[in-house]
Amino acid sequence: MKPFTYLSPESLEQAFEMYGRHGDSAKYMGGGTDVIVKLKDGWMSPEVIISLKKIKQLSMLNMDETTGELVIGAMVTHSMLEKSEMITKNYPIIHDAVSKIGSVQIRNVGTIGGNLVNAVPSADGAIPMIALDGTAVIQGPDGKRKLMVKDLFLEPHKTVLKPGEILTKIIIPPCSPNTGSAYIKFGRRAAMELPLIGIGVLISLDDSKKTCTKARICLGVAGPVPMRAYEAEKILKGRQITKELLTQAGEKACEESKVRDSVRGKAWHRKEMIKVQVRRMGLKCLDIIQKNS
Amino acid sequence: MSRNISFILNGEQVSCEIMEHWTLLHLLREEMGLTGTKEGCGNGECGACTVIVDRLAVNSCLFLAVDADGTTIETIEGLASEDGSLHPLQQSFIDNGGIQCGFCTPGMIMSAKALLDENPHAGRREIQHALEGNICRCTGYIQIFESVEAAAKSVSGHKGGENDR
Repeated sequence: MKPFTYLSPESLEQAFEMYGRHGDSAKYMGGGTDVIVKLKDGWMSPEVIISLKKIKQLSMLNMDETTGELVIGAMVTHSMLEKSEMITKNYPIIHDAVSKIGSVQIRNVGTIGGNLVNAVPSADGAIPMIALDGTAVIQGPDGKRKLMVKDLFLEPHKTVLKPGEILTKIIIPPCSPNTGSAYIKFGRRAAMELPLIGIGVLISLDDSKKTCTKARICLGVAGPVPMRAYEAEKILKGRQITKELLTQAGEKACEESKVRDSVRGKAWHRKEMIKVQVRRMGLKCLDIIQKNS
Repeated sequence: MSRNISFILNGEQVSCEIMEHWTLLHLLREEMGLTGTKEGCGNGECGACTVIVDRLAVNSCLFLAVDADGTTIETIEGLASEDGSLHPLQQSFIDNGGIQCGFCTPGMIMSAKALLDENPHAGRREIQHALEGNICRCTGYIQIFESVEAAAKSVSGHKGGENDR
């Protein structure tokens, strides 16, 4: 690895000040599980690394009792999310996704914010945040701005973050009572794998549990950036969810996807799996709603 | 740039001068001579370099030495007692054929130790989940899972000293 200077600010203000001093020769680093690989391979060679590990507010994970919002600091590790009983119970889609990222060793160090900002098409962490209508809070030297997590990604390895800006937290709005959510990382092996396709589904039903009031179908590795299958979601909304309807939604999601051939799999295989897994995840959502009632 | 760091390594306070771009793996192996921790892929894929930092298993190849400052670190060298008697996990890997070439073994054992420290009653599924980041090209894993299961039984029934917490 090429030598660099390591700085560890204890506040966002200090981090911005350091970035201001070093400009483009500096890079922020979260847990480092992606950044250090890039440093070793020479894909990036900054003169200064600004580690965000010591900024305590970025590692907060809590439920805001007054608003019902879940606030996930960008430096919360995948393990913290995986081991949180509150997450497993209320946001199973987050648990499904983060518990399959890398390995224990990676999850103990890698962060949800880093997973988003790294912006690979296969980012498992992005899908639940999009399905849950998460808002990304971004702070920089010029102030704070918010946008939907789904609007964070521009192209592979590229987000809307401007130089000097830091993703500080993700805010998940409260879910309505009859909501189920599930994610599957579909690949050829269970461990240490990037997904062939990643599918997240969220379904909310009305009080009588008959009609779908909200549907989210989110796809990873189905295009250059994580995406929502809006037309497929429309098939579910306002209807009674059946296996047949979920099959239709899966077919529509497959049409909307922009899958391609890659070293890990062929487009036709990905398409077939979208059809199957949208249906399966939809059924899992219904199961979760039933079990919680 | 260089700087001084201090941390607790296998129960002993150590201080040393490091370069800020060193990985913890480099510090342990090349500077301190603790070659029990192995370098496999160097990219966080294989788990051969696993050590325990503040009770969590981490890939030391993706962990900067500078971030070790102020932490408590355990490596494979810290497992056996001073009189040479082996940790239950080490003994169990020998007894159950969990070792063949041995290159993955230190990482396997450290991942397993982090698991059993947190959950002494871990069953097969938990063991598989905990070891998913450790690749073994010899054993086919079955004997490794059996080794950890057997150790879990002896550790959870064992009163335990400082090393077995």
